[in-house]
Amino acid sequence: MSVPTLDRVERLEQTGVSRRQFLKFCSIMAATLALPATQVPRIAKALATAARPPVIWLEFQDCTGDTESFLHAANPTVSSILLDLVSLNYHETLMAPSGKMAEQSLKDTIAMYPGQYVAVIEGAVPGGANGFYCAVGGRSAKSIVQEVCASALKTIAVGACAWEGGWSAATPNPTGAMGVQGAVPGISNLINMPGCPMNVENLAAVFVQYLTYGTWPSTDSAGLPRFAYGETIHEECPRHDHYEEGRFVLEWGDQGHRNGWCLFKMGCKGPQTRHNCPSVRWNSRTNWPIGAGHGCIGCASSGFWDKMTPFYQPLPGGGDDDDD
Amino acid sequence: MPKTYLPFVPSQGSTPGTFDDDDDDHHKTPRPTKMPRSTPTPTVTPTRRPTRTPRPTSTPTSTRTPPPTPTATGTPASTPTATGTPSPTAQPTGSQRIAIDPITRIEGHLRIEVQIEDGRVTDAWSSGTSFRGMELVLKGRDPRDAWAFTQRICGVCTTVHAIASVRAVENALDITVPDNARIMRNLLEGAQYLQDHVIHFYHLHALDWVDVVSALAANPAATSALAQSISTWPNSSADYFASVQTKLKTFVDSGQLGIFANAYWGHPAYKLPPEGNLLAVAHYLEALDWQREVIKMHAILGGKNPHPQTYLVGGMATPVDPASTAAINPSRITQLKTMAAQGLDFVSRVYLPDLQLIASLYPEWAGLGASMGNYLSFGDFPLDNSGDPAALYLQRGVVMGNNLNAPPQPLDHTLIKEYVTRSWYSYTGGDGVALHPYQGETNPNYTGPQSDYDFLATDGKYSWLKAPRYSDAPMEVGPLARVAVAYAAGHPRIRQLVDAVLAKLSLPRAALFSTLGRVAARGIETLAIAEQLGGWIGQLEANMNSGNLAIHNKTRWDPATWPADALGWGTTEAPRGALGHWVQIKNGKIENYQAVVATVWNGSPRDAHDQRGPWEQSLIGTPVADPTRPVEILRTVHSFDPCMACAVHVVDATGTEVTRIQVVP
Repeated sequence: MSVPTLDRVERLEQTGVSRRQFLKFCSIMAATLALPATQVPRIAKALATAARPPVIWLEFQDCTGDTESFLHAANPTVSSILLDLVSLNYHETLMAPSGKMAEQSLKDTIAMYPGQYVAVIEGAVPGGANGFYCAVGGRSAKSIVQEVCASALKTIAVGACAWEGGWSAATPNPTGAMGVQGAVPGISNLINMPGCPMNVENLAAVFVQYLTYGTWPSTDSAGLPRFAYGETIHEECPRHDHYEEGRFVLEWGDQGHRNGWCLFKMGCKGPQTRHNCPSVRWNSRTNWPIGAGHGCIGCASSGFWDKMTPFYQPLPGGGDDDDD
Repeated sequence: MPKTYLPFVPSQGSTPGTFDDDDDDHHKTPRPTKMPRSTPTPTVTPTRRPTRTPRPTSTPTSTRTPPPTPTATGTPASTPTATGTPSPTAQPTGSQRIAIDPITRIEGHLRIEVQIEDGRVTDAWSSGTSFRGMELVLKGRDPRDAWAFTQRICGVCTTVHAIASVRAVENALDITVPDNARIMRNLLEGAQYLQDHVIHFYHLHALDWVDVVSALAANPAATSALAQSISTWPNSSADYFASVQTKLKTFVDSGQLGIFANAYWGHPAYKLPPEGNLLAVAHYLEALDWQREVIKMHAILGGKNPHPQTYLVGGMATPVDPASTAAINPSRITQLKTMAAQGLDFVSRVYLPDLQLIASLYPEWAGLGASMGNYLSFGDFPLDNSGDPAALYLQRGVVMGNNLNAPPQPLDHTLIKEYVTRSWYSYTGGDGVALHPYQGETNPNYTGPQSDYDFLATDGKYSWLKAPRYSDAPMEVGPLARVAVAYAAGHPRIRQLVDAVLAKLSLPRAALFSTLGRVAARGIETLAIAEQLGGWIGQLEANMNSGNLAIHNKTRWDPATWPADALGWGTTEAPRGALGHWVQIKNGKIENYQAVVATVWNGSPRDAHDQRGPWEQSLIGTPVADPTRPVEILRTVHSFDPCMACAVHVVDATGTEVTRIQVVP
């Protein structure tokens, strides 16, 4: 069965999204993907006529934080995503049926849309106890993720845990936790979107690119989309001038802290973390950790629970040196 | 003084949106409002006053006519998932065991197995099926980092573990946080209650009570009348509901039903008329938008949600300064006030009225789903900096045997102990012992299946959840526990709200101890907390304007100031219930770290005395009309708002060592 094709702009208007809102969303997506404004009409046209790809969203050893991030989507809203852009056929946190009928949704999607559905994976996958440290519906997480990824059009691992195991895999990793790339050897169509959790604006942008151009974002050697993970936080940080000029917070609550000075000496891991937080920020760009007054903990970096801790120990160098 | 909103339940002659104290309708049997006659759906049977016995005297199938096949009910024949088989008219007979896994619309991985005899649950087993192992991850780390780790126990219950963690370390190091930090933590916690509880009602629980497909048969004008009869909320015109219905119809007509596919639409246990269903669907969508807005309070105070990042041992990292753009300033205060007011408005005019409407149409659920009647609350929302439990807005205490007629018993945390008798762990002292968190051990010992399975061997160990007990009794925690403790303690607002809701639903106080009671308690406490937020923001503002800008007590920030050995515990009342962290710090590092988390109490398996856990007990007697569509079981399980990531006892003492701690007073 092929994915049904629908005219979406009319449907969007029926859902209450005005053309102005729709075009604003397209502009934001273009900017997030670092596309020129001239591409906005193309995005708009594509979204207006694109099919609604089926999505299977699996959760394993997770905290559901990436799903919570997903719920905070704006431009478009999560309801627009669910009703209009994709067909979310399986998601244990949101779906109506439980047990056997929920499993039916999973089976139906794999059977009806082979090679056409997108798999979104949240949470780590344990290898210990023959994979049964995490079981769903009487099956191990490992067997489920291998089956679902085998016939997916694309797999998107969202969050630190699905990338490399997250905190479950931090020393000493009691359950043999790993990310999707470890649990599905030889997987070739994988995009990794780390963060703790991932930032929903980036996930939305990935879907928009696919719906508009039929392509996926360019990724680095670790499978991370360059548009979201290409620059360090330090390079893009609005407090960078303070770093350069030696204006540092020295104690929580001091004048420098209240002035918004650089948090390097309070342990900020921005110089070693690649994530587009300075531009997309969080919760519809309301704020972000450094903006709120606490340093970056490096949550999009590989193995950050071990490599970026203690969080309050400053990175080497910087501050007194001129070696940015 | 913020305007207070009392819950409104429709009755003859009262004005929508107000609560008339003189209204003496409450002694009458409540009737559903404005039942439409224009659709062919079977009408809802008039509600009747429930009996005081714990189970209804008759099953639902014997008091109503069997439903016609789906096409005759008005649901579109094109609906791909319309179920073809009508329910049996006779009471189901026979005995069978079923497993429901995954339980969806919760957080995490839960499996429920039940024994059903003649259409009712006679026994139940609750199993957490996923384990991660935080306990070993935390050992040896900097205690000032612990809040960031433990917060990742759960992203739905975000914030709560961070607060419990910093409180535990602050208790161990004897640190009092500045007033601004106390207020900001209360605001983060309070905003969490609003977002979390509203999401639970609409996006996790509602689909057990609301038939989405039936909404397609609703009359929008009648829906508008229904909406306006229960609330002054402005999104209530016939055109509005028609547009929602069109949106739903377009979605269903696409043939791709997404999260609504393979569901139980048409099940005889659904009792709302189509207009009630359309109203609920509209609010489901509105709540999806609203929660995104209200949680921006977390971004302002904490940098982001999920996982706000401004917690510190000793205070908060969010500066306060009226003259700075990089701090909590008048602009941010205004944003917070606006968000809090919008939060209160939605809770008052959408959530509470919907809750009461739905509750009024499912009265038999006031007699189902009771746990064993024991309730525990650590209390929360400190109103001053004394650290005294008496200063908590929601009180601390224990209620046993459903007794609201006496003040709650004081809570003694040394009486908290955990069994692993039927859990996939082993204790060096054997399966018969129960250990306090300070003496706790976590040695994972998985004896479950290691290949695909249909049923667990529930005579042995069957869950990754431990079995916490208070003085050897299973305890329910969460909204009902907090409301029970607050009610027994004489909390004026909680008493007022509980009495008002019970009166409007014509239910006795004993009805609180049920599935419906749990749902009502959740709404009541959400309103009570929402009403407090504006005042707390005002206190923060007053501090800011008077030059009180302190956010962090730095006297014990440097590990050089710490004793060589320190013990402490910290608690919070997470939306799902009582949460405690216990920590031992040795030479500047975490030696032991343990958490006993809300859902462990509620979802626990049996203990050494074979006592069931609270929600295992609550399922006994639940009617199951169709074992392939066990919506009735989901109603009660969902009423506890399970969070399995929290529940699996992830944070505990050292791996194989037994650590004996001497608690030095």
